[in-house]
Amino acid sequence: MPYVTGEEARAATAPSDAAAGRGPGLLARLRDNDVWFSFTRSPITLVSAIVTLVLVLSALFAPLIAPHDPFDPATLSIMDSFYPPAWTGEGDPRFLLGTDDQGRDILSTILHGMRISLAVGFASVLFAMVLGVTLGLLAGYLGGVVDSVIMRVADVQLTFPAILIALLIDGVARGVAGPNSYQDIVFGVLVLSIGLSFWVQYARTVRGSVLVEKNKEYVLAARLIGLRPWTIMVKHVLPNVLGPVLVIATINLALAIITEATLSFLGVGVPPTQPSLGTLIRIGNDFLFSGEWWITIFPGITLAVLALAVNLLGDWLRDALNPKLR
Amino acid sequence: MLAFAIRRLVQAIGVMLVVALISFVMFRFVGDPVNQLVGVDTSPEDRAALREALGLNDPVLLQFGRFILRAAQLDFGISYQFKQPVAALIASRLPATLELSLVSAVLALAVGVPMGVFTGLYPRSWVSRAFLAVSLVGVSLPTFLIGILLIFLVSVNLGWLPSFGRGTVVDIGFGWTTGLLTASGLQSLILPAITLGLFQMTLIMRLVRGEMLEVLRTDYIKFARARGLSRRAINFGHALRNTLVPVITITGLQLGSIIAFAIITETVFQWPGMGLMFLQAVQSVDIPIMAAYLLLIAFLFVTINFIVDLLYVAVDPRIRLGGARG
Repeated sequence: MPYVTGEEARAATAPSDAAAGRGPGLLARLRDNDVWFSFTRSPITLVSAIVTLVLVLSALFAPLIAPHDPFDPATLSIMDSFYPPAWTGEGDPRFLLGTDDQGRDILSTILHGMRISLAVGFASVLFAMVLGVTLGLLAGYLGGVVDSVIMRVADVQLTFPAILIALLIDGVARGVAGPNSYQDIVFGVLVLSIGLSFWVQYARTVRGSVLVEKNKEYVLAARLIGLRPWTIMVKHVLPNVLGPVLVIATINLALAIITEATLSFLGVGVPPTQPSLGTLIRIGNDFLFSGEWWITIFPGITLAVLALAVNLLGDWLRDALNPKLR
Repeated sequence: MLAFAIRRLVQAIGVMLVVALISFVMFRFVGDPVNQLVGVDTSPEDRAALREALGLNDPVLLQFGRFILRAAQLDFGISYQFKQPVAALIASRLPATLELSLVSAVLALAVGVPMGVFTGLYPRSWVSRAFLAVSLVGVSLPTFLIGILLIFLVSVNLGWLPSFGRGTVVDIGFGWTTGLLTASGLQSLILPAITLGLFQMTLIMRLVRGEMLEVLRTDYIKFARARGLSRRAINFGHALRNTLVPVITITGLQLGSIIAFAIITETVFQWPGMGLMFLQAVQSVDIPIMAAYLLLIAFLFVTINFIVDLLYVAVDPRIRLGGARG
């Protein structure tokens, strides 16, 4: 790890900063940071970060960069259906990755589908993070009955796999809302059910960190000057326990994307009018045997690459921020 | 030891009661049981009479008690979809799921443990690195994608193995139909078992590898080497034995994940098991099947966790001597 001494830091400072008597500027400090160092030195991490960035950006700008609009019935023609990819003999250069049974361009559906997958993934991770961090803060700081109840619930929930919980919540929501109004709330239900299966990790980690921080002097000082518990928790303790949360969130993102894809594949995820990558794979699965392999394989490859890249990023982040490995 | 067992038993019963409550609430209050059971043209008087006969007007606590009593006798009501007793439906599909789960668990152990031992003993060889790369892929890819890719490669392109159904099954009494005794049954079992077992296999491999690496660094292994024991005696007689305890407990706990992922695998391969039935129940909001499945799975998990906990304490004397577990 590059350890920068005081003189080297001052020597590396830009002349203008040195002249003004300031330490190295923000940019210089960032460049010398050891986390950035381990990032730039590991080729796998660089590649997965670039891949993730490319995928996220293309999903974000999907409406702008997709060659066709797969959801506008006016532009679709049934005569365009079942074109294989453009590089094979019978392909059409307009449809780079081929078309599906309704004449939709596969590349465009993948771009839009990735958008939905990423949106649901991010939203569920955000939800799980907010819920888990809040409950972890409360459990760790308040202790006592609150702590016992929250940890008991967490233990019970950990015995059940995430898919099962998500399926159950989805089924119950379907039953309660009825088939018509269910369509309106399906995204909310999806984010809720995926998020609810992941909050426990955040809560446990935050609770552990809070238990450690609780005994430190700055907390004692804050209590002595009469700050209310909520203020202490949010303004002082929270910033110090957020580090591991970021690692968990990145690793969770890959899992959330996979869970959403699985639920959509099983038919209990996003509605078919706004297909995610999982839905596309399910639709294409029916055509696997009749030889139109591209309808399911290309979304499948995209999903695999996305999950792998995010997973690798999360792995690197966990190792880079792990104090025991420094 | 006895106090510990009793404490865990009380906890287990508590969890079962909570799950039973959730199951009962789902069963009774999601949708209307009477509406599901009768036709559209049943008169209101008949509906009211049915309501009375089913005991739906009694106090809620009484209904809950009745629910638990019936569940203990394996009476889970009538399925909305199939109009048959749920218990019989589950019993008819149970052998398929159990066979699949057990075969894939055995497969995961049989492949994962040797691979883990190998990568633990020779961490620098290129074979180990290849195994680790495969394991990373195994963890990142969603189960259904692995299934689809396997079907695509093996069934569609190579035509070696069937891709759906169970093949011919043989009835060996007690209502248990097995596919293990016929050639087509065995062939149909291979791809689903690999799909289901891949995740477990990578998990076990990483676990065994981690444990082996740790154990090989310990002092008693160094002394054994110093004493001149053969490499085989050290690696298998001493190191491996100590790595097996956490492996077995984790595998036992993973049984829950296997059941959950069985839902996905059964969907991809159209395997007629409990998981597929549960999924269809979620899609058609067949509450009795969902509630019964929840209860059964919870019972299974709680029992397994309980046994594993007891086993752990019995096998590892350090926990017993250390007093109460945290």
